[in-house]
Amino acid sequence: MAIDRTIYREISVTPHLCAVAMALVACIAAASWGGVYVEHHGHSVTGMTNQVVWGLPHVFAVFLIVAASGALNVASMSSVFDKMAYKPLSRLSGVLAISLLVGGLAVLVLDLGRPDRLIVQMTHFNFMSIFTWNILLYTGFLAVVAIYLWVQMDRNVHPKWTKPAGVLAFVWRLALTTGTGSIFGWLVARPGYDAAIMAPLFIAMSLALGLAVYILVLQVLCLLGNCQLGQKLVARMTRLLALFVAIVLYFTAVQHLTNLYAAEHAGFEAFILRDGGIYTTLFWGVQVALGGLVPIALVWVRKTPVTAGLSAGVSLLVILGGMAQIYVIIIGGQAYSMELFPGFEVESSFFDGMIASYKPSLPEISLGLGGVALSLLIVGVGARVLRILPTNLSDQNLAAKG
Amino acid sequence: MTFRAGKDPVSPSKSSRRDFLRSGAALASMTLAPGVTLMAFGGSEAQGAVDAGKRWGLLIDASKCPSDCSACVTACKDENGWTGHGDPERDVQWIRKVTLKDKSTGRKTSLPVMCQHCESPPCVDVCPTGASFKRADGIVLVDKHICIGCRYCMVACPFSARSFVHEPVTNQKPHAPRGIGTVESCTLCVHRVDAGGIPACVEACNAQGHGAMVFGDLLDADSEISKRLASFPSQALRPDLDLNPGIRYAEI
Ligand code: SF4
Repeated sequence: MAIDRTIYREISVTPHLCAVAMALVACIAAASWGGVYVEHHGHSVTGMTNQVVWGLPHVFAVFLIVAASGALNVASMSSVFDKMAYKPLSRLSGVLAISLLVGGLAVLVLDLGRPDRLIVQMTHFNFMSIFTWNILLYTGFLAVVAIYLWVQMDRNVHPKWTKPAGVLAFVWRLALTTGTGSIFGWLVARPGYDAAIMAPLFIAMSLALGLAVYILVLQVLCLLGNCQLGQKLVARMTRLLALFVAIVLYFTAVQHLTNLYAAEHAGFEAFILRDGGIYTTLFWGVQVALGGLVPIALVWVRKTPVTAGLSAGVSLLVILGGMAQIYVIIIGGQAYSMELFPGFEVESSFFDGMIASYKPSLPEISLGLGGVALSLLIVGVGARVLRILPTNLSDQNLAAKG
Repeated sequence: MTFRAGKDPVSPSKSSRRDFLRSGAALASMTLAPGVTLMAFGGSEAQGAVDAGKRWGLLIDASKCPSDCSACVTACKDENGWTGHGDPERDVQWIRKVTLKDKSTGRKTSLPVMCQHCESPPCVDVCPTGASFKRADGIVLVDKHICIGCRYCMVACPFSARSFVHEPVTNQKPHAPRGIGTVESCTLCVHRVDAGGIPACVEACNAQGHGAMVFGDLLDADSEISKRLASFPSQALRPDLDLNPGIRYAEI
């Protein structure tokens, strides 16, 4: 493997960079307030109930965790699949993966009923639980990506180690997303969750969401840190993003078609696809149309070249669609009541047989956004103190690498 | 560090040893105020009384359960100290009355639903810390000291039997410890059962003269519950999941 001649620099501090950092710190402060407020008053001040027990914080957390494994793909592209044009981008990819995961985990922990008992979780493991496996996969991911970064960045480490480290990180990220999908896929009791396709669906989502976040972060960092970013490179990534989005749509179609085929899940499918109100709107309007078909049309069908603005717009749409998809999976899956007595109309004080309602509260929104802000702040600080961004990502400079 | 196996398909005696060895936290108790000790279920006291040779269960006869009666719910509330805060979506409910109407015939029935105390409880499988556990005698409990409030068990439970404590708790009963931010459900009145008694709901139902619930040992062929199960048709809820619950229903 050729030795990388790209020059990496810490981004310079500009007034814009400082302003963005301040805004992120403010978001994190608001999230901390949200976490403390909920812990003090209990979850009664949230929109969560005994029917919808996982709310908006879980949507944000799962989004960030799924995107984390996807963000690493840019690095995998160069060191696992030998696409050299992506090589200069791979350090940022590793740092972004770590920061997204940390942001997601922070949200998850702060939304626990007893976040003060984190140490209990660290000392008591039930290995039957997919949650336990996820905790190990998450911590392992942080370590594996850190090693991968170190191998890439330390001049004393021979470049021949980049590939094995990259392969390890790639395999680990596949396992991690499989684990995240399985949190839902293994819940046999719920018609909205119980499906083996959850794991590959989550992997496809991670490819799309991780790349969308990567494109946006790269654009913003280059803008704030005065680094040249070639248009061809951005266009290439955006076209790849559209391909990933198509794969997500494909798995989504398979997910719902197989469910429709199984008579026992027909009720749930009718709920999501036709009668679910907000969930139906989010599914067709935001997930499928805005987050799926529109980006594909903008990138592939349009004849005009992909500009920086279009690329950012497409990435934002994909992120929006991804949030909607996770919302529909997590909240929609709980809102639809489980059928305890087939063939009967049921009624109880515990909302049996009814569609549960859920309205996210302010602390939940601020907690979720705080997780995003934390991730972005870590990336920014990473780019400021570590040499992860190349000084020149212009097309001419990258052309030589193929 | 404590490692726990969630599912326990092995013999009862093995599982009781495992339960016993389970954790330092199992021995943990917390003095809240003089004379009030918060003893986690699964603590040494509860474990001491477990008889691995038994499997506790309930048979609920829906035909004897009038729709206007909720004596079992009231009794459970009084016994275990869970009360509402006027917020039905967030108030805990260890037991609830469900009214059923047959879609094809219009026939109405009414019955109580609570934790079904499964032989293979999904809540135990998914719990990351092992706080959700099954005793050797089949009673499924939450160890309040190591529940982190992740609510995975609530999502996994096919019967919506668990509730999350959404607000600070007051006036708890020493035998039924509760805590904000943790999950709880029917304990089959484990404190009464360990002392040789029967669950409060069953007692209340009998006191009303309905006798819709029979409590007993499913492993003892001579027990009232086993005899009735052997001679009349009964069913488990969600039989498709093959969880072998300890709670059985007749005449739904
Ligand atoms: S809420 Fe408590 S008992 Fe339920 S799975 Fe989480 S830690 Fe276990």
